Amino acid sequence: MSALNRNILALREMSPEEIQLILDQAQEMKEILSRPIKKVPTLRGKSVVTLFFENSTRTRMSFEMAAKTLSADVTGFSASTSSLAKGESLKDTILTLNAMKADAFVIRHSASGAAHFIARHTSARVINAGDGTHEHPTQGLLDMLTIRQHKGTLRGLTVAIVGDIAHSRVARSNVWGLTKMGARVRLVGPRTLLPADVERLPVEVYTDLRRGLSGCDVVNILRIQMERQDAGLFPSVREYAQTFGVDRSVLREARPDVLVMHPGPMNRGIEITPDVADGEFSVVTEQVTNGVAVRMALLYLLLGGSNDAAGH
Amino acid sequence: MARTESVQVMDGDEIRRAITRIAHEIIERNHGAGGLVFVGIQKKGVPLARRIRDAVQAIEGVELPLGTLDISLYRDDYGSRTAQLVPTDIPCSLTGKTVVLVDDVLFTGRSVRSALEALIDFGRPAAIQLAVLVDRGHRELPVRADYVGKNLPTSRKEEVLVMLGDDPCADRVVIRKPGGGEGDR
Repeated sequence: MSALNRNILALREMSPEEIQLILDQAQEMKEILSRPIKKVPTLRGKSVVTLFFENSTRTRMSFEMAAKTLSADVTGFSASTSSLAKGESLKDTILTLNAMKADAFVIRHSASGAAHFIARHTSARVINAGDGTHEHPTQGLLDMLTIRQHKGTLRGLTVAIVGDIAHSRVARSNVWGLTKMGARVRLVGPRTLLPADVERLPVEVYTDLRRGLSGCDVVNILRIQMERQDAGLFPSVREYAQTFGVDRSVLREARPDVLVMHPGPMNRGIEITPDVADGEFSVVTEQVTNGVAVRMALLYLLLGGSNDAAGH
Repeated sequence: MARTESVQVMDGDEIRRAITRIAHEIIERNHGAGGLVFVGIQKKGVPLARRIRDAVQAIEGVELPLGTLDISLYRDDYGSRTAQLVPTDIPCSLTGKTVVLVDDVLFTGRSVRSALEALIDFGRPAAIQLAVLVDRGHRELPVRADYVGKNLPTSRKEEVLVMLGDDPCADRVVIRKPGGGEGDR
């Protein structure tokens, strides 16, 4: 049996012990990426299918690199060139792919709950690579790993998540993961970009950037999605940049050893100034490396071990 | 059949003498300690590798690198659960070096096969030699040790436990027989 006998759909559903295990294993996986030969034979003969119904470059490449480093075979699937264009339903697509005996599906979809739906129709392991505005658990895990590497622990830290929280699955995964691991989370943004159910989340809410960053250990800055402006959620990009853009001056409110994070892709000059993005507090590129390590750990924990691990 | 649960087969003094002898054999075989790198297989091979390395250093008066190797990702004999990874730390390139691979017990040879595959991912050593404290037989692969602390005939059902702690006087090797001791199958 594999070490984690479950799918990875949402950090909200996971226990602190499971999160701890994944982070510990990811830390060891990172060492492999610095070896002269970055390949281990662990998942030889396992097949991983990436199902991206929504555009992505870094998450998809990160999963592919993780799977290939562990010697799994990776088959890509992109919605635009598939039979979905001929009107096949998601369920039929999954049943077809399932019949091809994939060991794991990595899925990104614009509908919240899509990964849960797929998990109900397959015996293979399912990893959610982002579903609608619900969760993006692997991003939450890589953010936690990055913080832990710099701060030693997550317990007792104050993490501010800044920007378009309402539409952000990254924010939700961070909120659930970080609070389970004992950190305090602040959501910072204009009221129109805070989720409707914000009072049900275990967070503190700030609508003033300066106060939101005051004394915090980590600032996680979210991408502002330009298309939201058309929906009238904030008056103009320039005004957003002036009130919620993180620059050097506002960063002085945070602790002197603050970490600056961003899940990418960045709008430089809007939610983050270029000098902050490239500055001494930024760990953005480490997040990318840790993303590969976290995905390696998940694939290992889900698919490693004896051959009945994938359930068929 | 014996009902004994465990039998001590080596005490602290015997282990210390075996390690000293292995250290001398390593130096003799390699005409000194130049270019040696010690690598312990996680987890029980690591403290033994450190003891042997320290003994060689003490005899030759040189500093020698010590690494750790987790072979979980290279195994062909997964247990019922996926092993949790522990640190792999190879402190230098292995290309051109003589690696002394160290494990506590040599049994089927499968761990050593995994370790050889893993080591080669860190470079191309001039040679890899194997040191073990106990060779208990029952090989399933063509693997042999270059340095052996003690050859110990065992039944497949028995368990050999090497206990190396902070206090060398408390070190010991025991054979644990399965409950009731029904012998080999």
